[in-house]
Amino acid sequence: MTLRVNGEEQEVLFHSYKTLLEVLREELNLTGTKHGCELGECGACAVLVDGEPVLSCLELAVQCAGRDIQTVEGLARGTELHPLQAAFADCGGSQCGYCTSGMLMTAKALLDKEPAPSRERIKEAISGNLCRCTGYQQIWESIEEAARRMREARP
Amino acid sequence: MNAPEKPRSRTRFDTIGKPRRRVDGRAKAIGELRFADDLVLPRMLHAKLLRSPHPHAAIESIDVAHAQAHPGVHLVLTGAEFPVPYGIMPVSQDEYPLARERVRFVGDPVAAVIAIDEQTATEALEKISVQYRPLATVASPEEALASPEPRIHDYGEQGNIHRNQAYEFGDVEEALAKSEHVFEDLFFYEGNTHLAMEQQAALASIEGDGKLLLATSTQNPHYLHRQLARVLQMPAARIRVIATPNGGAFGGKCDPGNHEFVVTKAALVLGRPVKICLTREEVFYQHRGRHPVLMKFRTGVTRDGRLTAMHLQTLLDGGAYGSHGPASTFYTGVLTPVTYELPRFKFEACRVFTNKPACGPKRGHGTPQPRFGQEVQLDKIAERLDLDPAEMRLAMVTKPDSLTASWLRVGSTGLAECIRKVVDMSGWKAKHRKLPAGRGVGIACSAYMCGAGVSIYWNKMPHSAVQLLLDRSGQVTVYCGATELGQGSDDVLASLIAEALGIDPGNIRCVTGDTGITPIDLGSYSSRVTIMMGNAALQAAGRVREQLSAAAAEQLNTLPERVTFSRDRVFAAEDPAKSMSFIEAVALAEAKFGTLSAVGSYSPPKAPGRYKGAGVGPSPAYSFTACVVETEVDPHTGWVTVPKIWIAHDIGRALNPVLARGQVIGGVYMGLGEALMEEQVFRRLPPKLSGALVHRNPSLLDYKSLTSLDMPEVDVALIEDPDPNCPYGAKEVGQGPLLPVMPALANAVYDAVGVRIDEVPVTPDKILRALEKKSKGETPRVGPESFPAVPYPQPTFVLPPWEGGDGNETRRHDSTAVV
Repeated sequence: MTLRVNGEEQEVLFHSYKTLLEVLREELNLTGTKHGCELGECGACAVLVDGEPVLSCLELAVQCAGRDIQTVEGLARGTELHPLQAAFADCGGSQCGYCTSGMLMTAKALLDKEPAPSRERIKEAISGNLCRCTGYQQIWESIEEAARRMREARP
Repeated sequence: MNAPEKPRSRTRFDTIGKPRRRVDGRAKAIGELRFADDLVLPRMLHAKLLRSPHPHAAIESIDVAHAQAHPGVHLVLTGAEFPVPYGIMPVSQDEYPLARERVRFVGDPVAAVIAIDEQTATEALEKISVQYRPLATVASPEEALASPEPRIHDYGEQGNIHRNQAYEFGDVEEALAKSEHVFEDLFFYEGNTHLAMEQQAALASIEGDGKLLLATSTQNPHYLHRQLARVLQMPAARIRVIATPNGGAFGGKCDPGNHEFVVTKAALVLGRPVKICLTREEVFYQHRGRHPVLMKFRTGVTRDGRLTAMHLQTLLDGGAYGSHGPASTFYTGVLTPVTYELPRFKFEACRVFTNKPACGPKRGHGTPQPRFGQEVQLDKIAERLDLDPAEMRLAMVTKPDSLTASWLRVGSTGLAECIRKVVDMSGWKAKHRKLPAGRGVGIACSAYMCGAGVSIYWNKMPHSAVQLLLDRSGQVTVYCGATELGQGSDDVLASLIAEALGIDPGNIRCVTGDTGITPIDLGSYSSRVTIMMGNAALQAAGRVREQLSAAAAEQLNTLPERVTFSRDRVFAAEDPAKSMSFIEAVALAEAKFGTLSAVGSYSPPKAPGRYKGAGVGPSPAYSFTACVVETEVDPHTGWVTVPKIWIAHDIGRALNPVLARGQVIGGVYMGLGEALMEEQVFRRLPPKLSGALVHRNPSLLDYKSLTSLDMPEVDVALIEDPDPNCPYGAKEVGQGPLLPVMPALANAVYDAVGVRIDEVPVTPDKILRALEKKSKGETPRVGPESFPAVPYPQPTFVLPPWEGGDGNETRRHDSTAVV
């Protein structure tokens, strides 16, 4: 079947029981999306489907036909990092980096809707994404910094 | 010769101390960093492990014929293929990659299937038939002490006691008898696990030249390398271990894992790449996490709150295997005297085997448990003596360059400054014992080592080594066996080299954690990397600087010792107009000396203690931390809310403040999770369901940890008093900041509602139970009520430095003669 991932149409053959996570990682080699539990508990596998954060370990890939799938690999424009990526790298939002892709995609969904979220909104938005390294604070700060840079970049 | 740089005296830096994007930050943010499970090779096969459903059983037979015949299966392995045991410590070689005659916990691996994909391997596991003969199980330390038979292992002290240790520094009973007050308290610290986001994964393959390659999420590629050579019975030079970037580790990836031996063996048999990734449930079985520890403190104090002596007894639930157990057992005592002046100290510790996943090192390794007990007991002492707990602590912090009763050398200490800072930041004086009912603050302190003073296996070689390679392109490549776990070790390495050579850290290429390429570093454990790798890096950089200085001096018409390095340029100190680019200096030096390379290595200073066992605890330096936690406790539900935490950490010098602050907050987060909810607990199935002892919560949903919504704001102060033993003065920050959080939280709960929870985690049900006791006029405390009789050995007796000792063991009656 055809999947639209990061704006590109991809022909891909897979068993119908495969999750979106498995198809992204194993068939399309998009290993930027991680897995921490395969049970929808950790948020490491979060991607955007039609702009909404989705746990790709709980989503069958066949359900995603014709929908717009975005992964961490599609965030940067060429070599220019998305403001969220730059802020995570600058502000300590990423330590081991394993939860980072899921965090970035969840944060992107938030900032796409709310360009100036309060810290409380940020905490709530990423509450389904576990991180064991940072204690979350530098993730909140990274998202706030990215939002600030994105607002400044807009005329 | 160029005068060696004196790192401690430096005050102006190009790189050190400046907030900076970490060198691997970009790769993480774009999803390019390759973790072990992201690796794929052509013709790769997949492995799955069959695990024991019994907590303790003899294996009578294993029939793998049906699994072997399953379509898509290439190989089935059992314990028969692995005759040699392993273990991270030379004294605890008690594990087999696949169990041979006995399984010792639910989850112990007994067989492995290697197949074309994970699905096929999983299907074939069900076709393996294992006949077990269940054995009596040991569920707790109390049961282990009471049931010497059946023995879980046929080695150890006696029965089911794995390790038994006892040390006494000065006559403690005499000092307690003379003390104005003696406090006796029992504490219990429940076990918990690391819960790194990345599940362990490993990919084994045979390289083109026939050598074995294992890429794996390990903290200690060097120790794993040695163990692979032992178990696979092949020369270490034909094995290469690459530590892939770890997706968090926290101590959980220190031990060699069964899966690592299985995939390497399979790759050797099949000549094809073999990969495995543990499921989250399996990670809970691999465990090696925090030991449950029961503790008894008898502490003597003067009426003004100065310690006179302490007798500490600990009992560790080790689980089914040795792991780091002998070290863990030591660590429940040895760092206790580092924070406060303690004239005499006695320490008895016992680790037992039980039929549960093996415990091992988790962030703080053995130290958080006694720190919890010690710091909660100090809070009780302060209250009884009507002292301010912060002032009482401040009055007795250990002095710089002093020795403890146990002969540990305390070098630099910023603990007093840490206490003053958190008192100030938190508004302690206006809050403690003054907030309205239901709200409270608590304080606690800690110390941690900057690297273990001795290696896990005895040897006289360096603990860390670094190699630098430069060429005329200006490229600087640095090689070191240290392993990036997420803590930022590559960034530390790059920043130190960058500072020493006056270049941009982003231009340095770090090659780390690869036993086939990099010089040996013992591993990313015991908070040793910044100090040991860092000192080795500065030695290598100093040697390269000498060559560059000598070559540049001729051109700049100055003396080599006047040549300075900054901002990618090389100057004459007396006339900055006389300068050249760093690349020009490298080219001149390459022309003058040939290919430019240097190595550096580091071994910790010799410890002053000379008694047997004195090797555990010494460190080149100690970090210190003070923490204040504020709580709101709902008296109707027992629910604890933590609005704010203040923490000050004596880091010596912060190399990259962004990372240092992140390590502190991350430590606070993990400590708060342990304080409030994290626990690795077990239950017995009913008799009709086999009566087995099983893990209560081997999933991310059931094992509770803090989410973004549960985490308070943390105010961090980094106290910088550079330590002369450390690179540019930088001490550890990865583990120390976790330690004071649990006792500070328990002390804050007491300040809020007047109940003592002498156990971790401090859960709402315990608070409600204690509040109920309070309302009935009973002692408002929940915690252990008794300490079992443990057959501790006769202690090794050592006189403290101030009682005329020389660091050797002595006979007890000598003490009265000398005093």
